[in-house]
Formats: sequence, C-alpha cells, structure tokens
Amino acid sequence: MLTTDSLKKIDREIAKYPAGRKQSAVMAALVIAQEEKGWLSGEVIAFIAALLDMPPIAVYEVASFYGMYDLQPSGKHRLTVCTNLPCRLSGAEDAAEYLKKKLGIGFGETTPDGRFTLKEGECMGACGDAPVALVDNRRLCCRMSPEEIDKLLRELD
Amino acid sequence: MAILGAINPILTAGLDPNDPDGWRCGAYLGRGGYSALRKILSGKISPECVLDDLKKSSLRGRGGAGFPTGLKWSFIPRNHEGEKYLVCNSDEGEPGTFKDRDLLLLNPHAVIEGMVIGAYVMGMSRAYNYIHGEIPEACLRFEEALDEARAAGFIGNDILGSGFCVEIFAHRGYGAYIAGEETGQLESLEGKKARPRHKPPFPANAGLYGAPTTINNAETLAAVPFVLNMGPEAFLAAGKPNNAGTKIFSVSGHVAKPGNYEIPLGTPFRALLDLAGGMRGGRALKACIPGGSSSPVIPGDAMMELTMDYDCISRAGSMLGSGAVIVMDETTCMVKALERLSFFYQHESCGQCTPCREGTRWLRGIVRRIENGEGRTGDLETLEHVAANIAGRTVCALGDAAVMPVQSFLRHFRDEFMYHIDHKTCLVSKETQRTGSGWAWE
Ligand SMILES: Cc1cc2nc3c(=O)[nH]c(=O)nc-3n(C[C@H](O)[C@H](O)[C@H](O)COP(=O)(O)O)c2cc1C
Ligand code: FES
Repeated sequence: MLTTDSLKKIDREIAKYPAGRKQSAVMAALVIAQEEKGWLSGEVIAFIAALLDMPPIAVYEVASFYGMYDLQPSGKHRLTVCTNLPCRLSGAEDAAEYLKKKLGIGFGETTPDGRFTLKEGECMGACGDAPVALVDNRRLCCRMSPEEIDKLLRELD
Repeated sequence: MAILGAINPILTAGLDPNDPDGWRCGAYLGRGGYSALRKILSGKISPECVLDDLKKSSLRGRGGAGFPTGLKWSFIPRNHEGEKYLVCNSDEGEPGTFKDRDLLLLNPHAVIEGMVIGAYVMGMSRAYNYIHGEIPEACLRFEEALDEARAAGFIGNDILGSGFCVEIFAHRGYGAYIAGEETGQLESLEGKKARPRHKPPFPANAGLYGAPTTINNAETLAAVPFVLNMGPEAFLAAGKPNNAGTKIFSVSGHVAKPGNYEIPLGTPFRALLDLAGGMRGGRALKACIPGGSSSPVIPGDAMMELTMDYDCISRAGSMLGSGAVIVMDETTCMVKALERLSFFYQHESCGQCTPCREGTRWLRGIVRRIENGEGRTGDLETLEHVAANIAGRTVCALGDAAVMPVQSFLRHFRDEFMYHIDHKTCLVSKETQRTGSGWAWE
C-alpha cells in the first residue's frame, strides 16, 4: 500500500513514543500516507489502522477531525489561504479574490485540469506575514501580493 | 518573518534576523546559551533552587492564561513512581499569535534548553514539542536543532556527564485550534481527536498516558534559561511587579509594520504601536484586540492610554492572553470583523459540549445575518442571551473564547450593530473597508 520509504518514515515516528503507544504516531502516519497518495482513501485508512493496531474508525476519527487531512482526492497542488481576521486586515480577502480569478475557481474547488485545489484556512500563526497561504501543507507562502501569487503559480506549474 | 524590533529584549537579545545561522547551536552558545543548564546539571543549582528562582521571578505562562510557571512546576508530584512528561505547546492557533513560530525559527535552542531544565527539575525523561501544523518550516527547524543539541550532548543519555537523561521529540499538529488547549493537546498526542478532558484530574496528576504532565507554552519555556541566568530579581525588574520580564507581542492588522516585538511588560501601548511603524496610512485607531482573538476588544481611545501588561489590560476589561495585538483602524466594519471571528469559533468547536457546538453556530448565524443586511430587531439581545448560555458551561475555555468577542464587540460598538440592523448596510462603505488592507491590485 505504501512505499518502503514511507513505511520507514512511519517507523521513525512510532519510535518517538513509549512502547505500546503506537497510536500516538497516527497523525504523523496519516501525514506520510497523504504525502505519498495525495489523499486518504478508505483503504489507506484501513492500512494505517492495521499498522498501528487501531480500529479503522479510530483512524478515521483522527483523519476527519484535523483540517489538513484530505478525505477526497484534490488537485495536484493545494493552496490554503488564511482568511481569518488578522490576515483580512492585511488583504487576505483581496489575495483570495485574486487567486480565485486567476484560477477560475472558488474555495473548496479544483481547477478542471486538476492542477490546483483552493481552500479557505484558519489562522496559521503567521499573521505578521499576511496574506499567507499554505502550499501543499509543506510550505508557507508569505506576503502574497499579485506578483508573489503570479510567481507562486508559475513555480507550481 | 523575524523579530522586527524590541525594547530591552531578553529572549531575542543578540539575535540577528539576517544571519541565516543565528539559530544554530554554536550561535546560541555564543549568546550564553546552555549555561543555565550547565550550572544546574553540575550541581551548582539544585532543582529546589530553580523552582524558588522561578517563583521569585514571578514568570507567568505566555500561552494565554498567565499562570505562574514556578507554581505550575511545583504541582508535579515528586515521588511519583514511573514516567512523567513535559509538553511544550507550540500549537499557536489563537488568531493574531505568531511569536512561537519566530522563536522556533530564530531561537529554537532556547526552547530546547528550557525544556531540558524543566524535565530535570520535575524529573521527566521524555518531552514533546507540539508544533502547529501550518508552520512546517518551524517544525523542520526545531527537529534540526534537536539533532544539534543531541550531537552536542544537551539531550539524550547522560547529559553533560550528569547521569541525567531526557529525550525530546517534535509532534506536528495538523489543523485543529482546539489541539492548543492543554488537555485537547494531550488527547492529540495520544493519537485521538483533540477533545479537551474534564478537569479535575489536572494534567499534573493525570496527563499524557495518565501520567503526571506539565504543559507550558514555547515562549514560557524559552524564558526559563534567561530567568536563571540573569537572576529572578533582574527578570522581575525588567518588567513590573506581578508582570515580570519582557514578552513578545505579535502585532497584526492595520499597522505599518506587522511583526513580532519584544518589550518589557508595562510598556505603553503607544510605544508598541510606534515600534510597529504606527497606523498604516496614518489612519486613526478604531479598536484593538490586545491578547489574541479570544480577548475582549478595547476601543481605540481607551487602548491608547494602556500599558502592555497583565494587570493593566485586565483592568481595562480584557486579557493580555497570548500577546497577540490585533490593530483595527477606522476602515474596519466591526460587524464583519466579529462575523469572521465567530465563524472561526464555530469551525473550531470540537463538538463535544452542546452549548459550544450549537451556541457557536447560532452566534455566527446571527452575526452573519446582521452583516448581510438581514438583521432583525432583538438580534442583539438574542446574541447576548446565547452568549450567556455558553459561557462557563463547557468542558474547556473555547466556549468562553467564542463568547468574549461577541460580548465585548456589542458592549463597545453597539451603535454600529444597530446601524447594520436598521439600515441593512454598513456604516463604513465597502470601498473604504477595502482601503484599510493596504493590498495592491494590479
Ligand atoms: C481553545 C484554547 C486554545 C489554546 N491554544 C493555545 C495555543 O495555541 N498555545 C498555547 O501555548 N496555549 C494555548 N492555550 C492555553 C493552554 O491550554 C495552556 O494554558 C498553556 O499552553 C499553558 O502554558 P503556559 O502556562 O506556559 O502559559 C489554549 C487554550 C484554549 C482554551
Ligand atoms: S490570521 Fe492568518 S495567519 Fe493568523
């Protein structure tokens, strides 16, 4: 189901917790699985459950509780724009609108070519750098001016 | 990113934000890093002494509640058989707060040293740093710093030849504000939904995996080595009585230079505002949320007279909270502002308590309809009624956090809400609202 590389990474996560506390690694395991598969299907969830000796429903509870997991396929790149108040005061709404226009989609949608999914996010703890967007859950794009957004979209092509 | 300014800094003293290696172990050692730990582990300072110093320094928690750190550490049972845990809270999801991210990026070894000292004093051999999922760079940086600290012998087995062992691990969150609440965080560390626990029992008795656990904010832990190095009296004197030391304030919103600023507690708000470059475009201050989105809003003119410390802000009817200062100028529509905050609390309610799950939805729904020009007579009273029925009736403080903005916005800006209901539109035109953001369309 997962590559040996991913499995090794999961083992490293399990080792962070005391013996018999494998379940603590479920968040990290789901991150690793999502990075490899793009999203968390029922099969992936069942696989992680077996790996960590957890009931699949317990893994599903985690996957559905935390906002950065994807339980549905998404575009190749995920852009999550923070629109919370501090970011709004520094142009989050404008940056989001600019992105929506450029991509031709709204929040929660994927471009027809499957390249981008746009999401609305909550405070990322980076409000001083507003407007901000989390790119593929892996990197934060800061101070998004029109130029910065154009550059980002070109880079992600 | 970066600490943009400071007055008499302690935690960020000597940090050069332009030095790409300023965060490294070598640079931290050059700034006097790990010397408090050395003194403690070589027996020059006993654990009791550290606790005494922390109490004397009156260091208060930087995570939101301002709880005295020395007192919190003394709750951990001494003679407990078996494991105890230390958890560093870097989950930083309170809107407006972004100081822990900079600490982890720029001075991660201060956090690590504080964690090792805490673990030693409270007798713990395992510690976790729970890091906000949306700041992956900070998580990677912290793990790199852990590798450095391990290689230098500051964590791991037989630290500095003292026989003391502690392992520290990073645990990455993945998008849930409620995982910042301490018992929600423990559930999350155990691999579950971050649903806060009933208290008592308190984490000091039954925390992670049921074992005694201390949870401290990253800035609190990072302050510990500095308190011990400079001495509790000097730390206390750096702030003001009951409000010891310096604090990092995250200033966001309508200022010229949003960013982090480390200043002594008790510094006038005006000075902080100056440091942040003043109001963006020279516009007038309308309102300020002084301690993260959950803290009650304060009108601009009142705010201008306050000093940035726990006591002064609380006398003004708000809270210093996490030190997140959200600045709003005259272009702000207070109804729209509250609507966005209320949406946040509705979205982030974990759903286990009915008053919070249902109540946050009602709050948001009513504020939204007012914003959309569909407000009804009596809506403000309904909001107050719903708010009063959430506050104090939930397992954790998220319910209160959702209610405080509503109550304070209505207390101070009631006319603006009335105007929205009566005129079906905003006192501040949409075009004016746009100008405040400073965002440039092509
Ligand atoms: C809804 C909610 C969210 C919280 N989020 C955070 C957070 O992101 N970071 C934090 O340090 N404390 C947060 N807290 C406070 C913690 O529960 C806890 O009091 C704090 O981490 C203790 O650290 P301190 O004593 O060093 O301040 C939150 C509390 C609540 C009720
Ligand atoms: S409000 Fe957007 S990062 Fe904090």
